[in-house]
Amino acid sequence: MSDPLVVAEGVEKLFGPQIVLKGVSLTVAPREVVCIIGPSGSGKSTFLRCINHLERIDAGTLEVDGELVGYRRAGDRLHELRPHEVASRRAKIGMVFQRFNLFPHLTVAENVVEAPCRVLKRPKREVVAEAETLLERVGLAAKRDAYPASLSGGQQQRVAIARALAMRPRLMLFDEPTSALDPELVGEVLQVMRGLAEDGMTMIVVTHEMGFAREVADRVCFMDDGCVVEEGPPRQVLGDPRHPRTAAFLSKVL
Amino acid sequence: MRALPIQPASASTADAVEAGGPGGGQQRSAPVVVPLRHWGRWIAAALVLVVAGALVSAFATNPDIDWSAVPRYLFSGSILRGLWHTLLLALLAQGVGIALGVLLAAMRLSENPVTRSVSWLYIWLFRGTPLLVQLIFWFNLGLVFHTISLSVPFTGLTLFSESTNTLITPFAAALLGLALNEGAYMAEIVRGGLLGVERGQTEAAYALGMTPGLTLRRIVLPQAIRIIIPPTGNEFINMLKTTSLASVIAYDDLLNGAKNIYNQNLQTFELLIVASIWYLVATSILTIGQFYLERHYARGSSAALAPSLVEVWKRSLTLRRMVKA
Ligand SMILES: Nc1ncnc2c1ncn2[C@@H]1O[C@H](COP(=O)(O)OP(=O)(O)O)[C@@H](O)[C@H]1O
Ligand SMILES: [Mg+2]
Repeated sequence: MSDPLVVAEGVEKLFGPQIVLKGVSLTVAPREVVCIIGPSGSGKSTFLRCINHLERIDAGTLEVDGELVGYRRAGDRLHELRPHEVASRRAKIGMVFQRFNLFPHLTVAENVVEAPCRVLKRPKREVVAEAETLLERVGLAAKRDAYPASLSGGQQQRVAIARALAMRPRLMLFDEPTSALDPELVGEVLQVMRGLAEDGMTMIVVTHEMGFAREVADRVCFMDDGCVVEEGPPRQVLGDPRHPRTAAFLSKVL
Repeated sequence: MRALPIQPASASTADAVEAGGPGGGQQRSAPVVVPLRHWGRWIAAALVLVVAGALVSAFATNPDIDWSAVPRYLFSGSILRGLWHTLLLALLAQGVGIALGVLLAAMRLSENPVTRSVSWLYIWLFRGTPLLVQLIFWFNLGLVFHTISLSVPFTGLTLFSESTNTLITPFAAALLGLALNEGAYMAEIVRGGLLGVERGQTEAAYALGMTPGLTLRRIVLPQAIRIIIPPTGNEFINMLKTTSLASVIAYDDLLNGAKNIYNQNLQTFELLIVASIWYLVATSILTIGQFYLERHYARGSSAALAPSLVEVWKRSLTLRRMVKA
C-alpha cells in the first residue's frame, strides 16, 4: 500500500478552556473512504476543519499528503506557514459544508470556475470546459447560468461538490453534507458521493447517514467527546460495536 | 400583494353580471369582492392638502418675495459655476472617502493589531470632532506649518517644497476635510457590510485555496456591496449638502455663488430658493441613481427583481389598493 494521505497523531484542540479534541489519531490511505460518526458536539467538524487548516491544532501532529498542517519543516525546525502558503495547501483539499456555502452573487458555472481560474491560474477556456463536464456529472448542466438561490438544497449541495472537484483535490472532506436537506433530496447528493467513492477519491465523510456509511465506507470511525472511541470496518462498528458508548449512540440513531 | 385568488369586483365585471350574458343566468356567479375602504387615508390626504395649500399660498402670495428673480438667477453664471464646484467637491470627497473607508474597514478587521489600532484611532479622531472645525483646521494649516516639503531622510535631498498657503487652497482644504471625515464614516459602513456577509462564505473561499486578499476582493466585498450601497447613497446625498459648509472657508460652491449675488442685490430669500432648487435637483438625481444601483446588485438574491422606479412611485402614491381588472 502507498503512503497514507492523512496521518493524525494525538491531535488536540482547545477553544478557550474547553478541550474539544483530546488526542485524535486517524490514518487515511489514498482511495480510502472513512466515515466519521458520533453525537453532536463530539468534535467531528472541528477535526475536519483542522485537516483543512481552518483551525490551528494545539498539540499532536497532523500530516496531509506528507506535509505538516500549518507548518513547513526545515531541518529540525517547524516554520509557521504564511497565509498564501496555507492557501496553496488548502487548494489540494476539497471541502463540502453542511450549509453548502455557495457564492450567492455568482452563477452556478461561475461558482465552479472561480477558484481554478484565480487560484490555480489555469486558462479560462479549459476550466470552463471542465466545469461543464463536472456539472454534467452531478446532473446540473442545465443550471449552469442559474443563481444558487433559485436551486433546491440538493442541487446546491451538488454544485458545491462540483465546485470542490474543479480544484482537482487529492482529498475530499464532507461535513454532514446531507444534514440540512429535506429527506427527499438526500438521495441525490449521496448518489453523487457514491460515484466519487467508486472513482477512487479519498474521502472523509462526517455523516449521520448510517446506510451510506455501511455501503460506501471502507472504515467507520466513532467519535465521542473529542476522542476516537472505536474504528473499524463498517460491518463491525455499526453491526457489532465493541464499545458501550458506540452501542448507545447507534441505538439512538438507528 | 396583487395576486388575488378570485376575480375582484371591478366596474367592468359588475356591469357584465348585470347585463346577464347568454347563459349567464344558469351559472352561479362568482361572489362580488368588496375591497376594504380606507376612509382614514382619504381624511388624512384631505388634511395634508389643506395644510400644504395654505403653506404654498403663504409663500406664493408673499409681497416680499420677488418670484420672478428665481428663474432669472437659476441659470446665472455664478450659480452654475457654484453648482459645478459643489458637484465636483462632493464627488471627489465621496470617492476618496469610500476608498479610505474600504481601506480602514479592512484594517479594522485584520488580524494585525497595529493596523487595527491605527484604524480605530483614525475613526475615533475624525468622528469625534466637528466637521466644521476640521475644515477650518485644514484651511489654517499654514499658520503652524509654513511650508510642506518632501525630502529623503539623512541625505538633505529635498524632492518637493512649497508654501502651505499656496498648496492649501479653499478647494484643497475642503476636499481634505470632507474626504478624511467621510473616510471615518464610510469605514463603519463598510465594516458593517463586511460583517454582514456570512462567515461560511469566507470559509468556503478559504477551503478552495483562496488567499484572504482574494477572498475579500472576489467573494466578500461583492456581497457586502449590497449591504453597503443604501447607507452609502445616503452618505453621498448628505455629502452633497454638507459641501455647503465649505463656503465658510471661501470655497466657491453653490451656496457661495448665491451669497455673492444676494450680498449685492439683497434678494437673500430668492437666491436661497435658487440654491435649494439646485440642491434638490442634484439629490433627486442621486436618489434615482441609488435605486437602480441597488437593483443591479440585488441580482442573485432570493428576492424577486424589484419593479421599476415609476412602478414604485405609482404603488406608493395610490391611496386605494389597485386591483387588476
Ligand atoms: N469556533 C468555536 N469556538 C468555540 N467553541 C467551538 C467552536 N467551534 C466548535 N466549538 C465547540 O467545540 C465542540 C465541538 O464542536 P464540533 O466540532 O462542531 O462538533 P460536531 O461537529 O461533532 O457536532 C462543541 O462543544 C462546540 O461548541
Ligand atoms: Mg458538526
